[in-house]
Amino acid sequence: MFSRAYKTVVTVPPLLWVTVFLLVPYLLMFCYSFWSVSPEQVIVHSWNLDNYKELLQKTVYWQTLLRSMWIAARVMLFSLLLGYPLAYFLSFYAGRRKDLLYQMVIIPLWVSYLVRAYAWKTILGSDGVLNTLLQYVHLTRHPLDFLLYSPFAVVLTLTHIYTPFAFLPIYAALEHIPRNLVEASHDLGATPVQTFWKVTFPLSIPGVVAGATFAFVLSLGDFLAPLLLGGPSGIMISNIVVSLFGAAYNWPLGAAISLGMLVIVVSLLFLSERLEKKWSFS
Amino acid sequence: MELLVSAAGESTGNVPRSRWLLVHALAVFSFLYLPIAVLILYSFNGQGVGGFPPHHLTLDWYRILLADGPIWDSVLNSLQVAFAAMAISLTIGIPAALALDRAQFPGKALFRRLVLLPLILPGIITGLSLLMLFNVMGTKLSLLTIVLGHGTALISVATTEVFAGLQKLDRSQEEASLDLGANYWQTFWRVTVPNLKLPIIGAALLIFTLSMDEIAVSFFLIGRDNTLPLEIWGRLRRGITPEINAVSTIIFVFSLVTIVVWYRLRARSEGTEDFEARVV
Repeated sequence: MFSRAYKTVVTVPPLLWVTVFLLVPYLLMFCYSFWSVSPEQVIVHSWNLDNYKELLQKTVYWQTLLRSMWIAARVMLFSLLLGYPLAYFLSFYAGRRKDLLYQMVIIPLWVSYLVRAYAWKTILGSDGVLNTLLQYVHLTRHPLDFLLYSPFAVVLTLTHIYTPFAFLPIYAALEHIPRNLVEASHDLGATPVQTFWKVTFPLSIPGVVAGATFAFVLSLGDFLAPLLLGGPSGIMISNIVVSLFGAAYNWPLGAAISLGMLVIVVSLLFLSERLEKKWSFS
Repeated sequence: MELLVSAAGESTGNVPRSRWLLVHALAVFSFLYLPIAVLILYSFNGQGVGGFPPHHLTLDWYRILLADGPIWDSVLNSLQVAFAAMAISLTIGIPAALALDRAQFPGKALFRRLVLLPLILPGIITGLSLLMLFNVMGTKLSLLTIVLGHGTALISVATTEVFAGLQKLDRSQEEASLDLGANYWQTFWRVTVPNLKLPIIGAALLIFTLSMDEIAVSFFLIGRDNTLPLEIWGRLRRGITPEINAVSTIIFVFSLVTIVVWYRLRARSEGTEDFEARVV
């Protein structure tokens, strides 16, 4: 029913825009990663593999990447541990309050990411709210200084930020489970625990995979929480990239690391899409 | 709280399990709201951002904030950026959704993935790849480059919302309009858009607030003029006062008002008073 002209008009402008502002920039990132910086701080367009060789040889990049993945993995795990039972409670037990509680999970997302990270900083600092509270009630005498400027602070903050992201797809998956399946399981004599593990949980796996992917991928590339709360031991891979694009001025090396991150992220997205398809029942 | 427990008990008759879930839910909600509560409380604290118990509750920080020129400049910049980004995202995102719904073209699958990618990609990758583009093109960094960054990244939001709306849309109305002699342009404005009013408004609000908050992409595309998050970022690095809490509190209240307005709007057009009563 739609003419060729209509299809052209709706297709061409978005296609052009996406090509110029998404596809070309990614390709440029690819090109940059094969260039280099001369001693005079000029980017030289001579194609070589030096950046990738350096990445493979220097352990600092690998260590930081592994640390970032370990931080992201913990954030993912904690977000799921917090988000799944919450989603389950809302979907199965909250009754008429469901929508209100759902909104209450979403509302913290409307407080800016930066502001929430900052709020944690004021809580965890050595003269922050938590430490002064502990001293006020005489639980500690000196401020606990491992709270701020540590991987712990980064994991805590990112978990706070990404728990609603993990919650949303899990909740959506749980809401889509036909309730008569759960009832049938009860009627056929399964205990609530059996019903959960044999019926409800398997059917919610696509949501879990989507939530886990969100939490892992978005925290893997984070650089603001580590800058604000991580201290030297909480540096993540994106912080290296930021410094390479700033004071250290080595865009090509930074581009190579970014491209590596892009490859990791895109492969994870493909993997999670596969898993979601495999476990979806409709 | 008691209502919650009794509601839970009714639905399954399995009270102990639901009680554990309730305790867990309360714990998660406390975790989610603790920093926000601290943030708001200490915006009234006379003596700095930390320190328990809060001392000398005061409105001084709000007074200082009102007189703070650079903050309001940055708010103005952020508003401009958000409106411009919204315009770009909708102008590109709505046709993109129509194209995905109705047209077949080579590279459609790649196109869909590319459009949606910035939604899930860490902001640093979107920001840096655009920085390289502007560098190669010799574009000077300014609010305009941030607008292009936000506009491009948030096309994904417009496209997903509008595409979901199109999937539910009954095409026979558009067909009727075309059969009755309206051209495509008229049909688009008089039939398609009115039917997609809610997804479009929803996307617009979402894009607007996301752009107001955005920092990871802006971080790399900033010129001389700061957006609000970048202004706050700059101050965080210099030392912090409850003025930051005050400005954050005001923005939070604004966001809450926006959500409530949006739900009233949605509830009204869905015509169910019950829904409205439950949400607001």
